[in-house]
Amino acid sequence: MASYTLEGHTGTWEVVVGLEVHAQIISKSKLFSGASAAYGGAPNTHVSFIDAGFPGMLPVINKECVAQAVRTGLGLRARINLFSRFDRKNYFYADLPQGYQISQFAHPIVGTGEVEIELQDGTIKYIGITRLHLEQDAGKSMHDQHPSKSVIDLNRAGVGLMEIVSEPDIRSPEEAGAYLRKLRQILRYLGTCDGNMEEGSMRADVNVSVRKPGEAFRTRCEIKNVNSIRFVMHAVEAEAMRQIEVWESGGEVVQETRLYDPSKGETRSMRSKEDAHDYRYFPEPDLLPLILEQDWVDDLKAMLPELPDEKRARFCQEYGISYYDAGVLVAEQATADFYETLAKGRDGKLAANWVTGDFFAAMNRTGKSIENPPVSVEALGQLLDLITDTTINGRIAKTVFEEMVETGKMPTAIVDENGMRQVTDTGAIDEAVTKVLANNPDKVAEYKSGKDKLFGFFVGQVMKAMQGKGNPALVNEAVRKQLG
Amino acid sequence: MSIFDLSIAAAAKALKAKEFSAVELTTAYNEAVAALNPRLNAYITVTPELALEQARAADSRIADGSATPLTGIPLAMKDLFCTESVRTTAGSSILEPFIPPYESTVSAKLKAAGAVMLGKANLDEFAMGSSNTTSHYGAVENPWKRLGSDAKLVPGGSSGGSAAAVAARIALAATGTDTGGSIRQPASFTGLAGIKPTYGRCSRWGVVAFASSLDQPGPMARNVEDNALLLNAMAGFDQKDSTSANREVPDFCLALGRGVKGLKIGIPREYRLEGTNPEILALWDKGIEWLKAQGADIVNISLPHTKYGLPVYYIVAPAEASSNLARYDGVRFGKRVDGEDLIDLYERTRAEGFGPEVKRRIMIGTYVLSHGYYDAYYLKAQKVRNLILRDFTDAFGSVDAILTPTAPSAAFGLDEKMDDPVTMYLNDVFTVPASLAGVPAMSVPAGLSAEGLPLGLQVIGRHFDEETVFAVSAAIESAAGFSALPELRAK
Amino acid sequence: MSLDAATVRRIAKLARIRVNDEEVSTLQNELNAILGYVEQLSDVNVEGVEPLSGGAQMALRQREDNLTDGGMADKILANAPDRIGNFFAVPKVVE
Ligand SMILES: [Mg+2]
Ligand SMILES: [Zn+2]
Repeated sequence: MASYTLEGHTGTWEVVVGLEVHAQIISKSKLFSGASAAYGGAPNTHVSFIDAGFPGMLPVINKECVAQAVRTGLGLRARINLFSRFDRKNYFYADLPQGYQISQFAHPIVGTGEVEIELQDGTIKYIGITRLHLEQDAGKSMHDQHPSKSVIDLNRAGVGLMEIVSEPDIRSPEEAGAYLRKLRQILRYLGTCDGNMEEGSMRADVNVSVRKPGEAFRTRCEIKNVNSIRFVMHAVEAEAMRQIEVWESGGEVVQETRLYDPSKGETRSMRSKEDAHDYRYFPEPDLLPLILEQDWVDDLKAMLPELPDEKRARFCQEYGISYYDAGVLVAEQATADFYETLAKGRDGKLAANWVTGDFFAAMNRTGKSIENPPVSVEALGQLLDLITDTTINGRIAKTVFEEMVETGKMPTAIVDENGMRQVTDTGAIDEAVTKVLANNPDKVAEYKSGKDKLFGFFVGQVMKAMQGKGNPALVNEAVRKQLG
Repeated sequence: MSIFDLSIAAAAKALKAKEFSAVELTTAYNEAVAALNPRLNAYITVTPELALEQARAADSRIADGSATPLTGIPLAMKDLFCTESVRTTAGSSILEPFIPPYESTVSAKLKAAGAVMLGKANLDEFAMGSSNTTSHYGAVENPWKRLGSDAKLVPGGSSGGSAAAVAARIALAATGTDTGGSIRQPASFTGLAGIKPTYGRCSRWGVVAFASSLDQPGPMARNVEDNALLLNAMAGFDQKDSTSANREVPDFCLALGRGVKGLKIGIPREYRLEGTNPEILALWDKGIEWLKAQGADIVNISLPHTKYGLPVYYIVAPAEASSNLARYDGVRFGKRVDGEDLIDLYERTRAEGFGPEVKRRIMIGTYVLSHGYYDAYYLKAQKVRNLILRDFTDAFGSVDAILTPTAPSAAFGLDEKMDDPVTMYLNDVFTVPASLAGVPAMSVPAGLSAEGLPLGLQVIGRHFDEETVFAVSAAIESAAGFSALPELRAK
Repeated sequence: MSLDAATVRRIAKLARIRVNDEEVSTLQNELNAILGYVEQLSDVNVEGVEPLSGGAQMALRQREDNLTDGGMADKILANAPDRIGNFFAVPKVVE
């Protein structure tokens, strides 16, 4: 594996990255209230008195949010803590109605785990998971609605989040990207978070430091709330370069919170805003310890969907396809399902080639999605069957496929309407071969004097004469026979 | 006999017998409130029209036979319970404009039982105090007077308005909340009975929070039976409070006549604090004799960590309060003082909105949770709290209930003990340990001081064994025969 | 441990309570008196003792994931000292 390093004038630097991902839990209601957790909504309509921090209001935990966190923990091959507890993180902020966030500090619900990532060059690497804990989201302040005022909408306040913290195992922007993509894929497979970074349902705090190879860790900076995978990758690079410059100019990197500005491609300090944070965590007295039953965890585990890594391995084994192709097919669960429906009882390799080839191309071209595909899985299956039972050959199949995409017709109908059935009648084939050889006596002579390459020419001519419908194997055989 | 001398049980009987109507009873109380409250300041907000409306509804329930023992009973509601459409201040300036759009579980239960709300009772600001002198709405005057003196005395706190209202007969009974003694100590100071139930027995939903792990609503009334009647209605599982206990509520009235024969009553030696008023110790000895005479076994026990109760309490309660009170920031409800920017707005709002005692506790609480001090103060306090719980658990291995004095003194003057917060905190020395352990405890009026002021004894029981607490308290009540009345009262 | 004036100011800042010089010195005295009083806890041996954080000794009850609340912006905003439409309003926050 080519390791990622940055060159400074004092030599080579290594980048060390750890990610804290906030993933919004898929649930109907909020973590501690019965108000809607749905995205959007008219201002302050998805809000209960609890979410708005009214006097005397008390939190009651949503069982589904707990289950989602456990499912995610299991998906990350992590330890599930049967004892966990909520703490209050105290700070004042416009969109934090209670003046504290209910989070899990000392005793998170999920402990250490790992995520397998694959890099461009095929290298496999494991990124450690430190912990996953449950916490509340904050509300939203908007600053552009009024010349001198900010306005606050509490619809997000109290929505359940999973904060997934990685070990500082990431060593390049590419690894950071691969980790986030993989994490998002797992969350989507599990149905615990939709991974939609534009709507903010997945955001990352990026911890970056640099060091000379072999050194201990140096001071890190945290870049808050980066909301796209591409920006995370850019932010890692920009922040690493900045830190190298600081160190190399004799300065010292100070631990601080920074912000990534995508328009400038650089990070800047948020220190001005951050007057001496002291969160004064302490156990949330309105909630008791969260105690899980091992049996309940086991039940959730038994009900877990097949995850991408397992599915990929099974596809290779069951359908005899390449590791690479399997990786492409399992990237999205819906694609994997499409493929598997198609491949069941058919040639898995043929199915994989069609899905990753013509089908994906058609999807891109038409702008359609796997949920609303350019051809249905039944239609594509029928096409594959026509190829396999030699009704049509591969070349004709491509033509049929294009017409399927265009007209939505079933392949048998297209084949019948256009008389595209492949000719397997050896008499007809022999006749066509005889005619081609008779029309090209000089080429036949050249072939016989040793110019083997001309064999393909004769096959091509025969197929042309038969409007592409000749069975390729039979045509080959007939040409060979007649050439002697 | 005046209508104001009736207990809840007696009033309910009279209502049922149509000796008078709920409207008549409420009107009498409304008039008494109008006459006496300007002096006593027991209510922050009075709701006479609402009370009459509820009384009319009570009369129709009495007529159609759907009345409960509380139907038509006029109560004072501590102004810490959020009441829908009725201003709820928590005794603070910061909540002066606050009209809750919801009703607390406990007040809703009382409403559902047909009780009548006369108004919102005064209290120490955010229930922080032992004298009801920290209220933004002014101090409450204790209706009791020292013999031959007209000096104003405190009613105790934080449920001082509730206590004064019930003692002066401008409410038949009241709700209180108890965090470190806020029901029991004012009950003792005003000649009432009041119980802090087991933590988790009454829902905290809709009660303005002071210290969440200690706060517990409870009743205050003129006798033990009235407390049982009220607690029957106030207690019960509430899904909206995660710390509410999901268990059956027995009929506490049934425990009143059980007697104490064969019960083991623990007398903790550590409550014989040096410097405690000898009158108080003498009354305690009397209580022991009363119970012995009724067949109880008296057992000397030790609660070795008693003296650490107060220091633990004055770390834990402010710590939780500092966080609970962060929501009063002038943004969504309550008072706002404008500022140059948001932080300025927060700081000005909170500086003007909170009184000195509340600020002091927020500051202490913030400090003991802050970086570098958490372990030395807060964590240490939590561990000692566990030792205090262990003391009780061990004691209840060998006794059924514990008898102690309620407070180290009788009611003191309005202008005494005000200079030094620590001296003021000592008021709670006997009540705080039960709060920290979460066990039920009741104060029963047991006698008068030489100066003619009421003194209470405290009965502490096992978790969720309020029944034994009621049985023992009823035994003390009958033996004490406490019948003295305060000077200021509706007649 | 004894609080100096700077610490009192820092704590007041954390607690978002404006204090003037006079209040700082009063608070400093009072807080030190309280801290001096609770100092006696250092006499207690708590080795091996678990911290007790809650008043109730049970496990957390969990509720079903149902929509039971919200849809009442009018009530949520009814007590707001300042609002713009159905938003709460505060002086502009500069990020
Ligand atoms: Mg973070
Ligand atoms: Zn977080």
